[in-house]
Amino acid sequence: MARDSQAALVALNRFGFGARGGASGDLINAASDPRGFVKAELTRPSGVLLEAPGLQSTPQLGQAVFAYQDQVRQAREAAKETAKETAKAAAPAETPLPAPADQKPALRRNLSLNAAAEISGQMADAKPAETTVKPETMQPNVTAPQSAKPAPQPLNVIQKTFRAEALARLQRATLAECGFTERLVVFWSNHFCISASKGELARIWAGAFEREAIRPHVLGRFADMLKAVEQHPAMLFFLDNQQSLGPDSRAGQNRKRGLNENLAREILELHTLGVGGGYTQDDVTSLARIITGWTFAGRQGQLGPPGSFVFNANAHQPGSQILLGKIYEPAGLARGEAALADIARHPSTANFIATKFVRHFVADDPPPSLVARLRDIFVRTDGDLKAMATALVDSEEAWRAPLTKMRSPYEFLVASGRLLARVPEDPSRYLNGLNLLGQPLWSPAGPNGFPDSNAAWAAPEGMKLRLDIAAQIGSRLGSNIDPLDLLEFAAADAASIETRRTVERAESRQQALALLLMSPEMQRR
Amino acid sequence: MTMIDCVENRLLTSRRGLLLGGASFAAWAYLPKFARAADGRDPRLVVVILRGALDGLATVAPLGDPDYAGLHGSIALTADGAHPAIMLDSFFGLHPAMPEFARMYRDKHAAVVHAVATPYRDRSHFDGQDVLESGYAGPGRVQSGWLNRALETLPRGELVSSGLAVGPTTPLVLRGNAPTVGWAPVALPQADEDTAMRLVELYRHRDPALAAALSQGLRLDKAAGGDDMKPKGGNQAAQMRQVARGAAKLMAADDGPRIAALAFDGWDTHANEGGPVGRLAFLLGGLDGALAEFENELGPRWRDSVVVVVTEFGRTARINGTDGTDHGTGTIALLAGGAVKGGRIIADWPGLKLANLHEGRDLKPTTDLRSVIKGVLQDQFSLSDRVLAETVFPDSAGARPMKGLIV
Repeated sequence: MARDSQAALVALNRFGFGARGGASGDLINAASDPRGFVKAELTRPSGVLLEAPGLQSTPQLGQAVFAYQDQVRQAREAAKETAKETAKAAAPAETPLPAPADQKPALRRNLSLNAAAEISGQMADAKPAETTVKPETMQPNVTAPQSAKPAPQPLNVIQKTFRAEALARLQRATLAECGFTERLVVFWSNHFCISASKGELARIWAGAFEREAIRPHVLGRFADMLKAVEQHPAMLFFLDNQQSLGPDSRAGQNRKRGLNENLAREILELHTLGVGGGYTQDDVTSLARIITGWTFAGRQGQLGPPGSFVFNANAHQPGSQILLGKIYEPAGLARGEAALADIARHPSTANFIATKFVRHFVADDPPPSLVARLRDIFVRTDGDLKAMATALVDSEEAWRAPLTKMRSPYEFLVASGRLLARVPEDPSRYLNGLNLLGQPLWSPAGPNGFPDSNAAWAAPEGMKLRLDIAAQIGSRLGSNIDPLDLLEFAAADAASIETRRTVERAESRQQALALLLMSPEMQRR
Repeated sequence: MTMIDCVENRLLTSRRGLLLGGASFAAWAYLPKFARAADGRDPRLVVVILRGALDGLATVAPLGDPDYAGLHGSIALTADGAHPAIMLDSFFGLHPAMPEFARMYRDKHAAVVHAVATPYRDRSHFDGQDVLESGYAGPGRVQSGWLNRALETLPRGELVSSGLAVGPTTPLVLRGNAPTVGWAPVALPQADEDTAMRLVELYRHRDPALAAALSQGLRLDKAAGGDDMKPKGGNQAAQMRQVARGAAKLMAADDGPRIAALAFDGWDTHANEGGPVGRLAFLLGGLDGALAEFENELGPRWRDSVVVVVTEFGRTARINGTDGTDHGTGTIALLAGGAVKGGRIIADWPGLKLANLHEGRDLKPTTDLRSVIKGVLQDQFSLSDRVLAETVFPDSAGARPMKGLIV
């Protein structure tokens, strides 16, 4: 078969994470059978699952957080005691500041500093040399050791877990042949996003949520993914459903708290029907009542193993509920599951999902014909996501449309790592880069996830920072590579003359690599 | 695992670990402390690589050559005017952005070698840098550099340094079997102005939307820096000084490394090169400052030190249509340091008549850069002719070590 580098670019960049460098032969393989190259991954459904040594289940991780929180509390109380005694022992009359008040915030600040570091990724995983050697201490450090500075705090179990989950995902994305299924995972994970910045449980669960609720269904049925997502402790925590009580439930009548509509609203607005999908405020309230009692077992484990999904009948709203014109009864867990199954099948859901899907993979303005076809397939197959993905790859539109979509920061960093044939052993650089470029891993600003438009990712400041990162990669790795070889791996004869010239004429390999990584061939997909 | 991986791993496990920045620095851990025990000297050598091909004719200008002013046109240096060149002798004038080098030259601690080139005669930066750093006669994928091989041939003496932390990567010139360690100032490196402009240019032709976004991002960045007039390169000159200062401090220590290599980027002046002021002037000012930092920080060690400044090739003798110069051949090498027998320009001047130019466009090289480097290595570290001709610079017997460069 004729080699078609342009089609290979579509196969690798539009559907995957870009060609790997080294001896992968990705571009050649993709060029000889572009559609087959992309679809090959869909025939290996087990390849979607992510199992890496040390990655734990949601209940296990929940228990780890509870244990960690107990430790912190004990340490804080011990510190308070010590401070009280110290204050008593050495309280001079003229120091009115009570020592305990002094001590407690200090301790808390340390803790939150740690959390902030993890969020911003600044020092979380820096090697000792990186954190301790400051520009102003560039004297021979033999005589000026790091003792002057506090040793970096060891990572707590939450930070360690987050990094391990991130690393496993990054390694998978780097090693995948095409990366289509990993792109699907990222798409669905963003569609059903949680934010790790919601709190400690969300942070430790972010990776497990994706592994448990998203991955098994990426090539399965939408309704199954929907159910898995909405029953996952991470989602119940993120959108506050664990606090929601049916007003007429036993728990609701005993306490002042009541219904929380957060999860129900986002299910309808963001996860299924979409804004304008034909639901009303009454539907939101009904759904919220229907899913009361969907929660996870707390540290006491009264309803089940701590950290696992449970149905709390005490919090569940009794009586029949009308949702989207249909009456749901009897009360119980099955009622909510039935409601979700119906919503998953709703025509608005098919339309919303098909549009978002095509917008992600093809263009900000998705070709209406393709959207319509995928919507019909979604309806006809009862939400078979593999059928929808296959139809996308089989479509003419997806191959004909020019590569105008901007790679997201995650796609850009992963594509760069792949091209340089570097399997990450430490997620730090990626996490830092994602923070800098405005796409902190598993931490979108709102439940609508990260944006998926050129306007968002090709913004001026973002482009400037991307260039800085590319220059950094160039200066770190450029001297060991042949940039023209890399251009062959990345685009071969589909590379523009201008890009080729720009890379050829760079004044150093470092600069050439930075320019290559920033070239339209690497930025657009 | 490749050789490079080995070197990098060693770097990562070294005590001081990491470095970042536009310049990299490396030195090898142990070197005989008394390489010249005979006269009690403790010699040091710094190799500075200017990436991008320095315009030698703009840095040390042959003002006495009747064809120079015409060829270099609007960017030619002059002996008078607002920014006169600093006359080094009756024929050559030094760029006014380099007063420190001029002072060293007057004190006979600096010298210029003009019309030099490596054996490379084509015009690819990458290949040119490979030849410059590998020490081989032609381009090819070589994984060791001449400075490393020179280190390897030295007798193993007293352990004088446990290691020096490095930059992003070890320059090829120092890669090889002899262990290296590294250091670099910790600073978030930003893409330099030149790289940004090249990218904007690419986007203008291929992706106007990205061109607009990036241009605006760069403008915002400058505005945020509160320095709208000066290019961001403002940091670049300061960075050169900072790197030199840090490296020199390490080398000044009793157990510090004796040999170092570092690289400064940004010398590819295709457009708006500038004359006595402008972009090249700015970079030369940074280089001049870096040399002064070496002098200051090495203190008493400066007396036994040599800094060798080299570049992969020169630039066209005639300016191009965008007030810059394109890739050429012959250029200069600079030597600075207390050990340099300075105050002179070493040149077998070929002249700038059209017929004398290499391929009708470049300063014709009359001196083999390998001879210059071999001369320095021989005088500083007593390497034999044979080692230099076979191991350090393979197949270079024809390029005899230049004599008398060192006091």
